[in-house]
Amino acid sequence: MAIASIEKTAKNMVLTVQDYSLFAWRALTNLYRPPIYWPEFLVQSDIIGFGSLSIVMLSGISTGGVLALQSSATLAAFGATAVTGQFVSIIMIRELGPVLTGIMVAGRNSSSMASELGSMVVTEQIDAMRALGVDPIRKLVTPRIFASIAMLFFLTIVADACSILGGSLVTVFMNHQNGMQYFSMAWEHLRLPDIVQGLVKPLFYGYILSSVGCFCGMRTSGGTQGVGRSTIQAVVTSSVLILFVDFFLTQLLLTLFAGWM
Amino acid sequence: MDVNIEPHGQDAPPAVEAAPVVAFRNVSIAFDGPPVLEDVSFSVAPGETRILLGPAGVGKSVLLKLANGLLRPDQGSILLFGEEIAHMPEEQLYPLRSRTGMVFQEGALFDSLTVRDNVAFQLIQERVPDSEIDRRVRDALRFVELEETFDLYPASLSGGMRRRVAIARAFIQTPELLLYDSPTGGLDPVTSTTIIELIVKERDVSHTPSLLVTHRLQDAFLLCNHRFEPEQGRMVPLPKGETDPNTTFLMLEEGRLIFDGSLNELVKSKNPFVREFLQ
Repeated sequence: MAIASIEKTAKNMVLTVQDYSLFAWRALTNLYRPPIYWPEFLVQSDIIGFGSLSIVMLSGISTGGVLALQSSATLAAFGATAVTGQFVSIIMIRELGPVLTGIMVAGRNSSSMASELGSMVVTEQIDAMRALGVDPIRKLVTPRIFASIAMLFFLTIVADACSILGGSLVTVFMNHQNGMQYFSMAWEHLRLPDIVQGLVKPLFYGYILSSVGCFCGMRTSGGTQGVGRSTIQAVVTSSVLILFVDFFLTQLLLTLFAGWM
Repeated sequence: MDVNIEPHGQDAPPAVEAAPVVAFRNVSIAFDGPPVLEDVSFSVAPGETRILLGPAGVGKSVLLKLANGLLRPDQGSILLFGEEIAHMPEEQLYPLRSRTGMVFQEGALFDSLTVRDNVAFQLIQERVPDSEIDRRVRDALRFVELEETFDLYPASLSGGMRRRVAIARAFIQTPELLLYDSPTGGLDPVTSTTIIELIVKERDVSHTPSLLVTHRLQDAFLLCNHRFEPEQGRMVPLPKGETDPNTTFLMLEEGRLIFDGSLNELVKSKNPFVREFLQ
Protein backbone atom coordinates (compact mmCIF):
# COMPACT_ATOMS: atom_id res chain seq x y z
CA MET A 1 0.00 0.00 0.00
CA ALA A 2 2.79 2.38 1.02
CA ILE A 3 4.84 1.46 -2.07
CA ALA A 4 1.82 2.04 -4.31
CA SER A 5 1.35 5.44 -2.70
CA ILE A 6 5.04 6.37 -3.20
CA GLU A 7 4.84 5.18 -6.80
CA LYS A 8 1.72 7.29 -7.40
CA THR A 9 3.32 10.38 -5.83
CA ALA A 10 6.50 9.90 -7.87
CA LYS A 11 4.49 9.50 -11.07
CA ASN A 12 2.48 12.64 -10.25
CA MET A 13 5.66 14.62 -9.65
CA VAL A 14 7.20 13.50 -12.95
CA LEU A 15 3.92 14.26 -14.72
CA THR A 16 3.79 17.75 -13.16
CA VAL A 17 7.36 18.49 -14.28
CA GLN A 18 6.49 17.26 -17.77
CA ASP A 19 3.30 19.36 -17.87
CA TYR A 20 5.16 22.43 -16.60
CA SER A 21 7.91 22.02 -19.22
CA LEU A 22 5.40 21.72 -22.06
CA PHE A 23 3.34 24.64 -20.70
CA ALA A 24 6.36 26.93 -20.26
CA TRP A 25 7.75 26.03 -23.67
CA ARG A 26 4.41 26.65 -25.40
CA ALA A 27 3.98 29.98 -23.65
CA LEU A 28 7.50 31.04 -24.68
CA THR A 29 7.26 30.00 -28.33
CA ASN A 30 3.89 31.74 -28.73
CA LEU A 31 5.80 35.00 -29.14
CA TYR A 32 6.97 33.86 -32.55
CA ARG A 33 3.51 32.98 -33.86
CA PRO A 34 0.61 35.39 -34.35
CA PRO A 35 -1.70 36.56 -32.90
CA ILE A 36 0.40 38.41 -30.33
CA TYR A 37 -1.61 40.31 -27.73
CA TRP A 38 0.43 43.53 -27.37
CA PRO A 39 -2.24 45.44 -25.39
CA GLU A 40 -2.23 42.65 -22.75
CA PHE A 41 1.58 42.81 -22.71
CA LEU A 42 1.46 46.56 -21.97
CA VAL A 43 -1.21 46.17 -19.26
CA GLN A 44 0.78 43.40 -17.57
CA SER A 45 4.01 45.42 -17.85
CA ASP A 46 2.29 48.25 -16.00
CA ILE A 47 0.93 45.91 -13.29
CA ILE A 48 4.19 44.01 -12.83
CA GLY A 49 6.69 46.82 -13.47
CA PHE A 50 5.16 49.99 -12.07
CA GLY A 51 3.15 48.07 -9.47
CA SER A 52 6.26 46.45 -8.00
CA LEU A 53 8.40 49.59 -8.10
CA SER A 54 7.81 50.69 -4.50
CA ILE A 55 8.56 47.31 -2.88
CA VAL A 56 11.65 46.86 -5.04
CA MET A 57 12.96 50.35 -4.15
CA LEU A 58 12.32 49.87 -0.44
CA SER A 59 13.90 46.42 -0.33
CA GLY A 60 16.88 47.71 -2.35
CA ILE A 61 17.48 50.67 -0.02
CA SER A 62 17.21 48.57 3.14
CA THR A 63 19.38 45.72 1.81
CA GLY A 64 22.07 48.16 0.69
CA GLY A 65 21.92 49.86 4.08
CA VAL A 66 22.20 46.57 5.98
CA LEU A 67 25.11 45.45 3.80
CA ALA A 68 26.94 48.71 4.50
CA LEU A 69 26.31 48.38 8.26
CA GLN A 70 27.44 44.77 8.45
CA SER A 71 30.40 45.09 6.13
CA SER A 72 31.81 48.26 7.70
CA ALA A 73 31.86 46.61 11.14
CA THR A 74 33.79 43.63 9.75
CA LEU A 75 36.02 45.67 7.45
CA ALA A 76 36.94 48.04 10.31
CA ALA A 77 38.78 45.14 11.99
CA PHE A 78 41.15 45.12 8.99
CA GLY A 79 41.23 48.89 8.58
CA ALA A 80 39.48 48.54 5.22
CA THR A 81 36.22 50.49 5.70
CA ALA A 82 37.11 52.41 2.54
CA VAL A 83 36.06 49.44 0.38
CA THR A 84 32.48 49.45 1.72
CA GLY A 85 31.22 50.95 -1.56
CA GLN A 86 32.94 48.27 -3.63
CA PHE A 87 31.58 45.56 -1.36
CA VAL A 88 28.00 46.80 -1.53
CA SER A 89 27.95 47.44 -5.28
CA ILE A 90 29.53 44.15 -6.33
CA ILE A 91 27.42 42.00 -4.01
CA MET A 92 24.23 43.79 -4.96
CA ILE A 93 24.78 44.00 -8.71
CA ARG A 94 26.13 40.49 -9.18
CA GLU A 95 23.99 38.58 -6.75
CA LEU A 96 21.55 40.10 -4.28
CA GLY A 97 19.93 42.65 -6.61
CA PRO A 98 18.59 40.08 -9.11
CA VAL A 99 17.75 37.43 -6.49
CA LEU A 100 16.02 39.76 -4.03
CA THR A 101 14.10 41.52 -6.78
CA GLY A 102 13.08 38.14 -8.22
CA ILE A 103 11.82 36.92 -4.84
CA MET A 104 10.02 40.20 -4.04
CA VAL A 105 8.32 40.26 -7.45
CA ALA A 106 7.50 36.54 -7.14
CA GLY A 107 5.80 37.22 -3.80
CA ARG A 108 3.72 39.96 -5.33
CA ASN A 109 3.06 38.85 -8.90
CA SER A 110 3.44 35.07 -8.97
CA SER A 111 0.74 34.89 -6.30
CA SER A 112 -1.44 37.38 -8.13
CA MET A 113 -1.12 35.46 -11.42
CA ALA A 114 -1.95 32.15 -9.71
CA SER A 115 -4.99 33.54 -7.89
CA GLU A 116 -6.31 35.47 -10.90
CA LEU A 117 -5.98 32.58 -13.34
CA GLY A 118 -7.10 30.09 -10.67
CA SER A 119 -10.30 32.07 -10.08
CA MET A 120 -10.87 32.12 -13.83
CA VAL A 121 -10.45 28.34 -13.97
CA VAL A 122 -12.90 27.59 -11.13
CA THR A 123 -15.53 29.97 -12.53
CA GLU A 124 -15.15 28.35 -15.99
CA GLN A 125 -13.89 31.60 -17.55
CA ILE A 126 -10.87 29.76 -19.01
CA ASP A 127 -13.18 27.14 -20.53
CA ALA A 128 -15.40 29.95 -21.84
CA MET A 129 -12.36 31.54 -23.49
CA ARG A 130 -11.43 28.22 -25.11
CA ALA A 131 -15.05 27.72 -26.18
CA LEU A 132 -14.95 31.16 -27.83
CA GLY A 133 -12.00 30.02 -29.94
CA VAL A 134 -9.27 31.91 -28.07
CA ASP A 135 -6.16 30.19 -26.70
CA PRO A 136 -5.88 31.19 -23.01
CA ILE A 137 -2.15 30.44 -22.96
CA ARG A 138 -1.59 32.84 -25.82
CA LYS A 139 -3.99 35.47 -24.46
CA LEU A 140 -3.27 35.29 -20.72
CA VAL A 141 0.02 33.48 -20.09
CA THR A 142 2.40 34.62 -22.85
CA PRO A 143 1.91 38.39 -22.18
CA ARG A 144 2.46 37.81 -18.43
CA ILE A 145 5.68 35.88 -19.05
CA PHE A 146 7.18 38.43 -21.42
CA ALA A 147 6.08 41.37 -19.28
CA SER A 148 7.70 39.72 -16.25
CA ILE A 149 10.97 39.09 -18.08
CA ALA A 150 11.13 42.67 -19.42
CA MET A 151 10.05 44.34 -16.20
CA LEU A 152 12.29 42.30 -13.89
CA PHE A 153 15.26 43.41 -15.98
CA PHE A 154 14.46 47.09 -15.31
CA LEU A 155 13.35 46.51 -11.71
CA THR A 156 16.71 44.88 -10.99
CA ILE A 157 18.50 47.98 -12.28
CA VAL A 158 16.30 50.10 -9.99
CA ALA A 159 16.98 47.77 -7.04
CA ASP A 160 20.74 47.91 -7.68
CA ALA A 161 20.71 51.73 -7.83
CA CYS A 162 18.56 51.96 -4.67
CA SER A 163 20.78 49.56 -2.75
CA ILE A 164 23.91 51.55 -3.58
CA LEU A 165 22.04 54.67 -2.49
CA GLY A 166 20.92 52.93 0.75
CA GLY A 167 24.51 51.85 1.40
CA SER A 168 25.72 55.42 0.86
CA LEU A 169 23.18 56.83 3.33
CA VAL A 170 24.39 54.43 6.03
CA THR A 171 28.04 55.06 5.16
CA VAL A 172 27.70 58.84 5.30
CA PHE A 173 25.14 59.43 8.08
CA MET A 174 25.71 56.46 10.42
CA ASN A 175 29.31 55.37 9.82
CA HIS A 176 30.44 58.99 9.20
CA GLN A 177 32.63 58.07 6.24
CA ASN A 178 33.30 59.97 3.04
CA GLY A 179 30.47 59.75 0.53
CA MET A 180 32.67 60.52 -2.50
CA GLN A 181 35.03 57.72 -1.53
CA TYR A 182 32.06 55.33 -1.20
CA PHE A 183 30.73 56.14 -4.68
CA SER A 184 34.13 56.13 -6.31
CA MET A 185 34.91 52.68 -4.85
CA ALA A 186 31.47 51.45 -5.88
CA TRP A 187 32.01 52.60 -9.47
CA GLU A 188 35.71 52.06 -10.11
CA HIS A 189 35.85 48.40 -9.17
CA LEU A 190 32.83 47.45 -11.15
CA ARG A 191 33.66 45.44 -14.31
CA LEU A 192 31.54 44.68 -17.35
CA PRO A 193 31.14 40.95 -16.43
CA ASP A 194 29.68 42.02 -13.06
CA ILE A 195 27.01 44.07 -14.79
CA VAL A 196 26.32 41.41 -17.44
CA GLN A 197 25.93 38.73 -14.74
CA GLY A 198 23.54 40.94 -12.83
CA LEU A 199 21.43 41.67 -15.88
CA VAL A 200 21.29 38.15 -17.32
CA LYS A 201 19.89 36.64 -14.11
CA PRO A 202 16.63 38.62 -13.98
CA LEU A 203 15.73 37.35 -17.46
CA PHE A 204 15.68 33.81 -16.05
CA TYR A 205 13.98 34.78 -12.79
CA GLY A 206 11.25 36.71 -14.59
CA TYR A 207 10.55 33.65 -16.68
CA ILE A 208 10.49 31.37 -13.63
CA LEU A 209 8.19 33.49 -11.45
CA SER A 210 5.66 34.12 -14.20
CA SER A 211 5.59 30.66 -15.74
CA VAL A 212 5.26 29.01 -12.30
CA GLY A 213 2.55 31.49 -11.24
CA CYS A 214 0.54 30.95 -14.41
CA PHE A 215 1.06 27.17 -14.36
CA CYS A 216 -0.19 26.88 -10.77
CA GLY A 217 -3.17 29.09 -11.61
CA MET A 218 -4.12 27.15 -14.72
CA ARG A 219 -3.99 23.83 -12.83
CA THR A 220 -6.29 25.02 -10.05
CA SER A 221 -9.02 22.64 -8.98
CA GLY A 222 -11.27 22.41 -5.94
CA GLY A 223 -13.04 25.77 -5.87
CA THR A 224 -11.95 28.75 -3.78
CA GLN A 225 -9.88 26.55 -1.47
CA GLY A 226 -8.00 25.37 -4.54
CA VAL A 227 -7.26 28.99 -5.49
CA GLY A 228 -5.65 29.51 -2.07
CA ARG A 229 -3.57 26.36 -2.48
CA SER A 230 -2.41 27.41 -5.96
CA THR A 231 -1.38 30.83 -4.68
CA ILE A 232 0.77 29.38 -1.89
CA GLN A 233 2.23 26.81 -4.27
CA ALA A 234 3.12 29.50 -6.80
CA VAL A 235 5.00 31.72 -4.32
CA VAL A 236 6.84 28.86 -2.61
CA THR A 237 7.79 27.06 -5.84
CA SER A 238 8.89 30.17 -7.71
CA SER A 239 10.95 31.51 -4.76
CA VAL A 240 12.69 28.17 -4.16
CA LEU A 241 13.25 27.68 -7.88
CA ILE A 242 14.81 31.16 -8.18
CA LEU A 243 17.28 30.37 -5.36
CA PHE A 244 18.00 26.92 -6.79
CA VAL A 245 18.55 28.17 -10.34
CA ASP A 246 20.65 31.05 -8.99
CA PHE A 247 23.27 28.61 -7.74
CA PHE A 248 23.71 26.91 -11.11
CA LEU A 249 23.41 30.15 -13.06
CA THR A 250 26.08 31.82 -10.92
CA GLN A 251 28.37 28.84 -11.41
CA LEU A 252 27.79 28.93 -15.17
CA LEU A 253 28.31 32.68 -15.47
CA LEU A 254 31.45 32.62 -13.33
CA THR A 255 32.86 29.90 -15.59
CA LEU A 256 31.91 31.84 -18.72
CA PHE A 257 33.47 35.07 -17.46
CA ALA A 258 36.45 33.45 -15.74
CA GLY A 259 38.92 35.03 -18.15
CA TRP A 260 37.39 38.52 -17.80
CA MET A 261 37.39 38.86 -14.02
CA MET B 1 -48.64 12.27 -18.93
CA ASP B 2 -51.22 10.01 -20.53
CA VAL B 3 -51.76 12.19 -23.57
CA ASN B 4 -50.77 11.07 -27.04
CA ILE B 5 -48.37 13.71 -28.32
CA GLU B 6 -48.05 14.47 -32.03
CA PRO B 7 -45.21 16.38 -33.68
CA HIS B 8 -46.13 19.94 -34.58
CA GLY B 9 -45.62 21.07 -38.19
CA GLN B 10 -43.08 23.92 -38.19
CA ASP B 11 -41.26 25.92 -40.86
CA ALA B 12 -38.14 23.81 -40.51
CA PRO B 13 -38.42 20.26 -41.83
CA PRO B 14 -37.87 17.41 -39.37
CA ALA B 15 -34.15 16.82 -38.94
CA VAL B 16 -33.69 13.30 -40.23
CA GLU B 17 -31.25 11.66 -42.62
CA ALA B 18 -29.03 14.78 -42.75
CA ALA B 19 -25.30 14.70 -41.90
CA PRO B 20 -25.06 15.26 -38.15
CA VAL B 21 -23.58 18.45 -36.72
CA VAL B 22 -22.27 16.49 -33.74
CA ALA B 23 -21.96 12.72 -33.50
CA PHE B 24 -20.76 10.69 -30.49
CA ARG B 25 -19.72 7.11 -31.18
CA ASN B 26 -19.06 4.78 -28.23
CA VAL B 27 -17.57 7.60 -26.15
CA SER B 28 -16.20 6.83 -22.68
CA ILE B 29 -14.35 9.05 -20.20
CA ALA B 30 -13.16 8.65 -16.61
CA PHE B 31 -11.34 10.89 -14.11
CA ASP B 32 -9.28 8.89 -11.60
CA GLY B 33 -12.13 6.53 -10.82
CA PRO B 34 -15.15 4.82 -12.32
CA PRO B 35 -16.23 6.01 -15.80
CA VAL B 36 -18.17 9.27 -15.90
CA LEU B 37 -19.50 8.41 -19.35
CA GLU B 38 -19.55 4.91 -20.80
CA ASP B 39 -20.14 3.88 -24.39
CA VAL B 40 -22.28 6.91 -25.24
CA SER B 41 -23.51 7.21 -28.83
CA PHE B 42 -25.92 9.79 -30.26
CA SER B 43 -25.99 12.59 -32.82
CA VAL B 44 -27.41 16.07 -33.32
CA ALA B 45 -28.79 16.71 -36.82
CA PRO B 46 -29.03 20.15 -38.50
CA GLY B 47 -31.95 22.12 -37.08
CA GLU B 48 -32.38 19.69 -34.22
CA THR B 49 -32.60 20.60 -30.53
CA ARG B 50 -31.59 17.76 -28.23
CA ILE B 51 -32.39 17.97 -24.53
CA LEU B 52 -30.09 15.95 -22.32
CA LEU B 53 -31.85 14.94 -19.12
CA GLY B 54 -30.51 13.32 -16.01
CA PRO B 55 -30.01 13.92 -12.31
CA ALA B 56 -27.10 16.03 -10.99
CA GLY B 57 -23.63 14.45 -11.21
CA VAL B 58 -24.50 11.99 -13.95
CA GLY B 59 -22.01 13.40 -16.49
CA LYS B 60 -24.22 15.82 -18.45
CA SER B 61 -21.79 18.78 -18.32
CA VAL B 62 -18.88 16.48 -19.15
CA LEU B 63 -20.74 15.30 -22.24
CA LEU B 64 -21.34 18.89 -23.30
CA LYS B 65 -17.66 19.77 -22.88
CA LEU B 66 -16.72 16.74 -24.96
CA ALA B 67 -18.93 18.00 -27.78
CA ASN B 68 -16.65 20.99 -28.54
CA GLY B 69 -13.37 19.44 -27.46
CA LEU B 70 -12.99 21.15 -24.08
CA LEU B 71 -12.47 17.62 -22.75
CA ARG B 72 -11.04 14.60 -24.58
CA PRO B 73 -12.60 11.13 -24.40
CA ASP B 74 -10.62 8.11 -23.26
CA GLN B 75 -12.33 5.99 -25.91
CA GLY B 76 -14.63 6.45 -28.88
CA SER B 77 -14.92 9.13 -31.52
CA ILE B 78 -16.61 12.54 -31.65
CA LEU B 79 -17.43 14.24 -34.94
CA LEU B 80 -17.99 18.00 -34.88
CA PHE B 81 -19.05 19.52 -38.22
CA GLY B 82 -17.89 16.26 -39.81
CA GLU B 83 -14.38 16.43 -38.34
CA GLU B 84 -13.01 13.96 -35.83
CA ILE B 85 -12.07 15.98 -32.74
CA ALA B 86 -11.30 13.28 -30.16
CA HIS B 87 -7.57 13.47 -30.84
CA MET B 88 -7.36 16.76 -32.72
CA PRO B 89 -4.56 19.13 -31.52
CA GLU B 90 -5.84 22.07 -29.44
CA GLU B 91 -4.64 24.62 -32.03
CA GLN B 92 -6.81 23.04 -34.74
CA LEU B 93 -9.82 22.97 -32.43
CA TYR B 94 -10.03 26.76 -31.97
CA PRO B 95 -11.47 27.48 -35.45
CA LEU B 96 -14.08 24.74 -34.94
CA ARG B 97 -14.99 26.01 -31.48
CA SER B 98 -15.46 29.54 -32.78
CA ARG B 99 -18.25 28.12 -34.98
CA THR B 100 -20.09 26.97 -31.85
CA GLY B 101 -21.72 28.98 -29.07
CA MET B 102 -21.67 27.74 -25.50
CA VAL B 103 -23.66 28.94 -22.49
CA PHE B 104 -22.03 27.85 -19.24
CA GLN B 105 -23.83 26.86 -16.04
CA GLU B 106 -23.07 30.10 -14.18
CA GLY B 107 -22.61 32.22 -17.29
CA ALA B 108 -18.78 32.27 -17.04
CA LEU B 109 -18.63 35.96 -17.93
CA PHE B 110 -15.21 37.61 -17.75
CA ASP B 111 -15.24 39.60 -14.48
CA SER B 112 -12.75 42.21 -15.63
CA LEU B 113 -14.65 43.11 -18.82
CA THR B 114 -17.85 45.10 -19.29
CA VAL B 115 -20.97 43.47 -20.70
CA ARG B 116 -20.14 45.06 -24.06
CA ASP B 117 -16.64 43.53 -24.08
CA ASN B 118 -17.93 40.17 -22.84
CA VAL B 119 -20.51 39.90 -25.59
CA ALA B 120 -18.07 41.21 -28.19
CA PHE B 121 -15.18 39.00 -27.02
CA GLN B 122 -14.88 37.06 -30.28
CA LEU B 123 -15.41 40.17 -32.43
CA ILE B 124 -12.65 42.03 -30.56
CA GLN B 125 -10.24 39.13 -31.17
CA GLU B 126 -11.11 39.29 -34.87
CA ARG B 127 -10.37 43.06 -34.84
CA VAL B 128 -13.84 44.02 -36.08
CA PRO B 129 -14.22 47.87 -36.17
CA ASP B 130 -15.56 49.40 -32.95
CA SER B 131 -18.65 50.89 -34.58
CA GLU B 132 -19.70 47.50 -35.95
CA ILE B 133 -18.97 45.84 -32.60
CA ASP B 134 -21.21 48.36 -30.81
CA ARG B 135 -24.02 47.79 -33.30
CA ARG B 136 -23.85 43.99 -33.12
CA VAL B 137 -23.54 43.95 -29.33
CA ARG B 138 -26.61 46.19 -29.03
CA ASP B 139 -28.51 43.85 -31.38
CA ALA B 140 -27.48 40.80 -29.32
CA LEU B 141 -28.38 42.53 -26.04
CA ARG B 142 -31.72 43.62 -27.52
CA PHE B 143 -32.39 39.95 -28.37
CA VAL B 144 -32.00 39.04 -24.68
CA GLU B 145 -33.74 42.28 -23.61
CA LEU B 146 -30.76 43.64 -21.71
CA GLU B 147 -29.68 46.60 -23.82
CA GLU B 148 -29.37 48.83 -20.75
CA THR B 149 -26.52 46.69 -19.34
CA PHE B 150 -24.15 47.65 -22.19
CA ASP B 151 -21.60 49.47 -19.97
CA LEU B 152 -22.06 47.48 -16.76
CA TYR B 153 -19.68 44.94 -15.26
CA PRO B 154 -20.88 41.35 -14.60
CA ALA B 155 -20.57 41.89 -10.82
CA SER B 156 -23.50 44.31 -10.92
CA LEU B 157 -25.84 41.86 -12.71
CA SER B 158 -28.23 39.33 -11.14
CA GLY B 159 -27.83 35.58 -11.81
CA GLY B 160 -30.56 35.61 -14.47
CA MET B 161 -29.11 38.67 -16.20
CA ARG B 162 -25.66 37.05 -16.28
CA ARG B 163 -27.17 33.99 -17.91
CA ARG B 164 -28.89 36.19 -20.53
CA VAL B 165 -25.66 38.08 -21.26
CA ALA B 166 -23.95 34.68 -21.67
CA ILE B 167 -26.66 33.74 -24.17
CA ALA B 168 -26.07 37.00 -26.06
CA ARG B 169 -22.33 36.21 -26.13
CA ALA B 170 -23.06 32.74 -27.52
CA PHE B 171 -25.46 34.10 -30.19
CA ILE B 172 -23.49 37.08 -31.47
CA GLN B 173 -21.46 35.18 -34.08
CA THR B 174 -24.55 33.29 -35.35
CA PRO B 175 -23.05 29.90 -34.40
CA GLU B 176 -23.67 26.67 -36.28
CA LEU B 177 -24.19 24.77 -33.01
CA LEU B 178 -25.36 25.92 -29.58
CA LEU B 179 -24.44 24.15 -26.35
CA TYR B 180 -26.40 25.07 -23.20
CA ASP B 181 -25.11 23.81 -19.86
CA SER B 182 -28.03 23.98 -17.39
CA PRO B 183 -29.03 27.48 -18.50
CA THR B 184 -31.77 27.70 -15.86
CA GLY B 185 -29.90 26.02 -13.00
CA GLY B 186 -30.30 27.89 -9.71
CA LEU B 187 -32.77 30.42 -11.10
CA ASP B 188 -36.28 31.23 -9.89
CA PRO B 189 -39.22 29.92 -12.03
CA VAL B 190 -39.99 33.31 -13.62
CA THR B 191 -36.38 33.92 -14.68
CA SER B 192 -36.10 30.30 -15.85
CA THR B 193 -39.10 30.79 -18.12
CA THR B 194 -37.49 33.97 -19.52
CA ILE B 195 -34.33 32.00 -20.35
CA ILE B 196 -36.32 29.14 -21.94
CA GLU B 197 -38.25 31.70 -23.98
CA LEU B 198 -34.94 33.03 -25.35
CA ILE B 199 -33.86 29.50 -26.27
CA VAL B 200 -37.20 28.81 -27.98
CA LYS B 201 -36.88 32.13 -29.81
CA GLU B 202 -33.39 31.23 -31.03
CA ARG B 203 -34.54 27.73 -32.01
CA ASP B 204 -37.57 28.92 -34.00
CA VAL B 205 -35.99 32.04 -35.54
CA SER B 206 -32.53 30.73 -36.49
CA HIS B 207 -33.11 26.94 -36.39
CA THR B 208 -29.59 26.53 -34.98
CA PRO B 209 -28.94 22.94 -33.89
CA SER B 210 -28.45 22.74 -30.16
CA LEU B 211 -27.68 20.45 -27.28
CA LEU B 212 -29.21 21.51 -23.98
CA VAL B 213 -28.38 19.99 -20.63
CA THR B 214 -30.90 20.22 -17.81
CA HIS B 215 -32.22 18.28 -14.85
CA ARG B 216 -35.46 20.33 -14.78
CA LEU B 217 -38.28 18.47 -16.51
CA GLN B 218 -40.54 21.53 -16.59
CA ASP B 219 -37.95 23.42 -18.70
CA ALA B 220 -37.61 20.47 -21.07
CA PHE B 221 -41.37 20.17 -21.56
CA LEU B 222 -41.71 23.94 -21.95
CA LEU B 223 -39.18 23.82 -24.78
CA CYS B 224 -40.99 20.96 -26.45
CA ASN B 225 -44.55 22.27 -26.02
CA HIS B 226 -44.02 25.87 -27.07
CA ARG B 227 -43.05 27.83 -30.13
CA PHE B 228 -41.99 31.43 -30.66
CA GLU B 229 -44.67 33.66 -32.15
CA PRO B 230 -42.87 36.50 -34.02
CA GLU B 231 -45.99 38.67 -34.33
CA GLN B 232 -46.63 38.65 -30.61
CA GLY B 233 -42.89 38.67 -29.86
CA ARG B 234 -43.27 35.95 -27.24
CA MET B 235 -43.43 32.21 -26.68
CA VAL B 236 -46.87 30.60 -27.09
CA PRO B 237 -48.04 27.05 -26.30
CA LEU B 238 -48.50 24.63 -29.19
CA PRO B 239 -52.01 23.21 -29.68
CA LYS B 240 -52.82 20.58 -27.09
CA GLY B 241 -51.07 17.28 -27.75
CA GLU B 242 -48.57 18.74 -30.26
CA THR B 243 -44.80 19.03 -29.78
CA ASP B 244 -41.92 20.55 -31.70
CA PRO B 245 -40.79 17.77 -34.10
CA ASN B 246 -37.13 18.83 -33.97
CA THR B 247 -36.87 18.84 -30.20
CA THR B 248 -35.94 15.40 -28.89
CA PHE B 249 -34.60 13.88 -25.70
CA LEU B 250 -31.60 12.01 -24.37
CA MET B 251 -31.32 10.65 -20.85
CA LEU B 252 -28.26 9.62 -18.87
CA GLU B 253 -28.10 7.25 -15.94
CA GLU B 254 -24.77 6.74 -14.20
CA GLY B 255 -22.81 7.63 -17.31
CA ARG B 256 -24.82 5.47 -19.70
CA LEU B 257 -27.27 6.75 -22.28
CA ILE B 258 -30.55 5.01 -21.47
CA PHE B 259 -32.97 6.95 -23.67
CA ASP B 260 -32.83 8.60 -27.10
CA GLY B 261 -36.13 9.68 -28.66
CA SER B 262 -39.08 12.03 -28.83
CA LEU B 263 -41.22 13.38 -25.98
CA ASN B 264 -43.94 10.90 -26.95
CA GLU B 265 -41.50 8.01 -26.61
CA LEU B 266 -40.12 9.44 -23.39
CA VAL B 267 -43.45 9.61 -21.63
CA LYS B 268 -44.31 6.10 -22.83
CA SER B 269 -40.94 4.63 -21.85
CA LYS B 270 -41.07 1.53 -19.66
CA ASN B 271 -37.52 2.08 -18.33
CA PRO B 272 -37.86 2.22 -14.52
CA PHE B 273 -35.26 5.02 -14.23
CA VAL B 274 -37.07 7.13 -16.85
CA ARG B 275 -40.41 6.45 -15.10
CA GLU B 276 -38.92 7.48 -11.76
CA PHE B 277 -37.34 10.61 -13.25
CA LEU B 278 -40.62 11.66 -14.88
CA GLN B 279 -42.54 11.25 -11.64
